[in-house]
This record gives sequence, C-alpha cells and structure tokens, in this order.
Amino acid sequence: MSLLNAILVGLREIWAHKFRSLLTMLGIILGVSSLIAMSAIVKGMEHGMKEAMIALGGLDKVLTREAPVPTWQSHLSDQARGRTMRDVEALQRSAPLIRMVSPEMALERVTISRGDKRTRPSEFVGVWPVVIEMNLHNLEHGRFFNDVDEANAHAVIVIGTAIRDDLFGSPEQLGREVIPIGERVQINGQTFTIVGMFEHYESDQDRKKREWAREHPDEAAQKQAVARGRPGYGGGGSRSGWAFDRKNRTVYCPMNTMWLRFRAASGTGNVPDPTLTDIDFKVEDLSQMEDALQQAKNVLLTTHNGIEDFSFSTQEGNIESVDQAIRNARMSGGIISAISLLVGGIGIMNIMLASITERVREIGIRKAIGATFLDVFTQILVEAVVIAIIGGLAGLVAANLLVRFLASLSPTGNTPIVTFEAMAMAFGFSVAIGVLAGLFPAFKAAKLNPIQALRYE
Amino acid sequence: MALIELRGVSKIYHLGGEEIRALDNVDLDINPGEFISIIGPSGSGKSTLMHILGCLDSPSKGSIKLDGMEIGSASARELARIRNQKIGFVFQFFNLLPKLNVLQNVELPMVYAGCSSRERRERAMDALRLVEMDNRAKHRPMQLSGGQQQRAAIARALVNSPKIVFADEPTGNLDSHTGETILKLFHDLSLKGSTIALVTHDPEIAAVTPRKIEIRDGKISKNVDAKLSGQHDGPKFAVGSQQN
Repeated sequence: MSLLNAILVGLREIWAHKFRSLLTMLGIILGVSSLIAMSAIVKGMEHGMKEAMIALGGLDKVLTREAPVPTWQSHLSDQARGRTMRDVEALQRSAPLIRMVSPEMALERVTISRGDKRTRPSEFVGVWPVVIEMNLHNLEHGRFFNDVDEANAHAVIVIGTAIRDDLFGSPEQLGREVIPIGERVQINGQTFTIVGMFEHYESDQDRKKREWAREHPDEAAQKQAVARGRPGYGGGGSRSGWAFDRKNRTVYCPMNTMWLRFRAASGTGNVPDPTLTDIDFKVEDLSQMEDALQQAKNVLLTTHNGIEDFSFSTQEGNIESVDQAIRNARMSGGIISAISLLVGGIGIMNIMLASITERVREIGIRKAIGATFLDVFTQILVEAVVIAIIGGLAGLVAANLLVRFLASLSPTGNTPIVTFEAMAMAFGFSVAIGVLAGLFPAFKAAKLNPIQALRYE
Repeated sequence: MALIELRGVSKIYHLGGEEIRALDNVDLDINPGEFISIIGPSGSGKSTLMHILGCLDSPSKGSIKLDGMEIGSASARELARIRNQKIGFVFQFFNLLPKLNVLQNVELPMVYAGCSSRERRERAMDALRLVEMDNRAKHRPMQLSGGQQQRAAIARALVNSPKIVFADEPTGNLDSHTGETILKLFHDLSLKGSTIALVTHDPEIAAVTPRKIEIRDGKISKNVDAKLSGQHDGPKFAVGSQQN
C-alpha cells in the first residue's frame, strides 16, 4: 500500500469519526497553541526589556572609566595623565568603528540657587551637543547649546524638570505650566541663564499613576499622605524610578564654559585639572562591539603612552541578566507547553488503541487479503500522524488567534511576537508526538493474528 | 502437477499441557481447475486445514507446496504476499469493510498488490461484472442484501486472479434460495476454470462438488472423486424454479 493511499485511508477514518477526532486533536491544538503563545509572550517580553534598556542607556553606549594603573605599570603611574580632550579627538579621528564620542567634564558638590531656593543636581556637566543623542535626551522647551555658546563659553545651562520643580515649583503644585527659559540662576555663585529644559522622564507605570492622580485628585491626596510616611527616593515610584529621577536632575553647560569658569581656575598647585569625568562613545554596529572596543583601546593606549589607566564598561552585563530572565521564562513555559503536548500525544495513543480494538475484524480482513505487517503498521501510524498534523495546523491558527486576543487584552503591555521558529518548532513537535503516539498502537495492530482477528466479534 | 501438495502436515496446539492435534499427518493433492468441498463436523479440523491451505497459518509439521513452491517455512511477509496474489477468500459473514463501497472493497486486494488506481478500477469492474454486481458498485455493503454482499465478496476474492479460492461456509448466512444462487455461481466459475474449495459442514452443499474431502478428528476420512468413479453427473440447481 502506497503512502498516499495510507494517508487517504487515514483521512477517511478521521472523517468517519469527526467528533472523536476533534476531541483527540484538541490536546494537540492546545499544546501547540500554548507553546507558540508562550514563546510569543516571552519574545514580546524580551523585546520590551531590550527596548527599555535602550531607552535608559542604549545598548551601543560604552563608558570609558578611570581605572587604576595595572600592577606591572605601577612605576609609570605618575605619568598617567587620565582621560583628556586629546583622547576624544584621537577617538574621533582614528576609530572608524565608533560612531560618536561625547566628552563629559563634571563638577562635584554643586549647589544651584535662585533667590532663597536651592537644590543639588544629580550631575552638573560640561558637554558637547552630541550628548543629547548619547544619553537619549529630548529637549521640550528652549534650545540646546550651539557652537557660539561653545566657542564663547557662554554661561548657559539646560536643565531637567526636577531642577525646575525645586527652583520654580512644579506644575502639579502651581496648577500651571512652568517654563523657566531665560531665567537666571546661581551655580556656585556664578550666574547662568537657562536656555533649555528637557522633557519629563518617567516610567510607564509612573506616567499612568500621574494621569490617574490627575483624574482622581481626592484619592490621590489620600495615597500621597500614606506614601509620605514611607522612605524612598523621589517620593516613591517604580523600581526603575531612580534612573528617571537621576535623569530629571541633570544640568548641562557647554564644555568650554565648564573648563574656563570652573576647572581652569581650580586644581592643585594652580595647575588646572584637564581630565574628563567621562568619555562616552557609541559603536557603529552592535555586532562589532568587541572590535570597536579593541579599536578604542588601541587608540587610547597610544594617547596614554601605553599606560592602561582606563577601562570600558558596556550594557553587556545588563543584557546578560535580561537574557537569563528570558531564558528562565522560556524554559518554564516550554516545559509546561511540552507537558500539554505530551498529554495530547497520550490522548492520540489512547484513541488509536480504542480504534484498533474496534477494528480488529477489519485488520483481520485486510491481512487475509494480503496486507503485510508493514501495511497495517503504516496505516495506523499514518492515521495517528495525520491527526497530529491536522491538530498541529489547527494549533498554529489557534495560536495566532490567541496571541491576537492576548494583545488586545493589554494594549499597553509588551506585544507578543509570534516567530516563525516557534511555529516550526511547535508544529514539528506535534508531528513527532503523533509518530510516538502511533508507534505502539500500530505495532499492536500489525501484530494481530489474522485468524483470531477474523473470528473477533 | 498438483496445485497444492500437502505431505504429512500436522497442526498441534498445546492447551494447558494437553496436546491437541487439529491436523494429524494429512496428505492431500488439489489439482488446478478442481471444484472440491472440504466437509466435516465442527471441531473436525476442517477450518485448520483451510487456514493452512490458505496460508493464514503455518503447519507444525510437514511440507506444503503451492504452485510448486514450498511454503511451510515461509515468513509472515511472504505468506501475506501469497495470500494477496494466489489465494482468494470468501467468508461466511462476507467480511466486506463497511466504510468502503463495493468497488473500493473489491479494489482492496489490488491496493496491497500495488496496482495503479486505473488498473484497480478496470479489474474491479470486470470482477463485479463476472458476479453481476457491476450496477451496485457505488453501494455500501450495508445497503445490499446478504446474497449481493456475498457476490461482492466473491468478486473481491477473484480480482487478483488467484490460483485457488477458498469459501468458508459461503452460504451459512444466507437463506437456502440465495445460497443456491451463490453455489451456482461457484459452479459456473469452476466451469470457467477457477480452482475452488468449499469448506462446509453441510453434506447437501458438498454434493454440489465433484470431489469431497471428509475430515474427522484431524484426519482425512474420505476422499471421493465422483468424476473418477463416474458417479457425478453435475449438480441439480433449483435456482429459477421458485421452490419456497
């Protein structure tokens, strides 16, 4: 009997017991759809987590940190000059795998004041305009520095919303929009003009909470009172709230302003300190991270006369922990789905065993007129596999519907992503389950003695 | 040369330590074109003999040659092949597959023989014409009378042009009138050259065949060939004369 014939016979048999076949397939359908839906949810989660990480720092962002001079170079440590603008220029010039370089020169222990109000920024840094792209800032009001500000070392700053809140009052308190562009503030006694302000950074969760509070002012006030008793940074927020709060307390001024107004006039023994606090850079291509880092290292070793007083830090560690979480979710989801597929397979085996018991006489007749062991074996096995294949295909359809349904339930959450790999794997798995489930019944049927099978009532 | 040659064939079962000789040292020759009946009471061993002759079972002892080929020691796969190509079966309960229509039932042996679907259709229709069932080809077995079902079963037995057809109580489930038409069909087929073996417990049915082999306690007790003794002048069929 040819395979095509066996498939036709199998289809006819399935059609003859429509309801029973449907129930049998249900196990496979559920298994396949849960496997795909689970993998889609995990994929969506992965996507969302990576997205969040990019929003916070960017995966391609590398920080050049100060590092202690290695032991074998310790005799050279007094010649280590630290990271300077020379490094920045060298990187821009000689490292083609690096897309942008952003130097940062920070001033510690800064107080900003306006009248009797004073506050401390999270960082007061002299920067180049490229910092906007480097740290993924969005300017909401005013402007950022330009070349004129840089060249003339204008006393201008761009601030985050938290600084505005402290010095001018927040829109929530005053009940109106507060845009402090053009206002003057004192930074360590020097007068600066605010030329721009960033947008308010917050997590989705905080934004939802704030919007809710605006719509339900009474309840929000109550919650505020309760929350006040609790310790926390930034008045309590989501777990990643600290990152957003820190970003909101940023104060930037032009690099030259920082150098001329603060650094040039300080330093030990009247020698100004030209070292940068940070050299951030972004790589051209994430997949070439290793090469880019090596290139940067080579360039910096040249400018540092071979003294390795720097190190790089990337988001790699964070990515790894995210990957670990994703792997765990995938593993546990996969096991659960695999078990449900297995149950589906047991369902198929059960039905096939019942079915061959019902068809002992038919098998006897087929053997009497010339069906071999292999013929009967193939027929039963194909029938089980056909059930599994149909169930698997229906499962693919069901999975897509299920994922669409899940996505419509929570439009704000991470959208599940159905991948081709997941579908192929789930389908392949269901076919394999069908084969495994069919083996034993097929063997049992093929082994039947034709004489006894013909006598069977 | 005989079509089937049995030499010293025994079939021994062991039931709870007791040895049961279903067949005991049987010698038998069946020649091509013969129309024979194997007759005996139930438990005599006639079914066992038919199973062994029909390659559904292997003997415990002895040699059996079908068409010059020794099959006593054939594998299950070889036996299936022989059943498919050289042997046709007609059963008491027709044993048509209820899910298939008549044509598909008749095609079934050719499916296992690996014939193309066109050849299957043509030969199945030929076989159905032979038993005058070609106008019922698309019917399901359940839609047919017992006699029609048995005709379809006979068509299925003949479709692969077997060397020999075994009919196990082919009239046992039919009324006497229909039974006679079936017997007449077998008689006509035998006149056309088919080798047919009827297995029955009924001497009246056995009377139709020129040669009778009587089995008792696993041994052949009588082997009468009326043609050789000149006593057989053909069966008397009442078909067409409305007895009942």
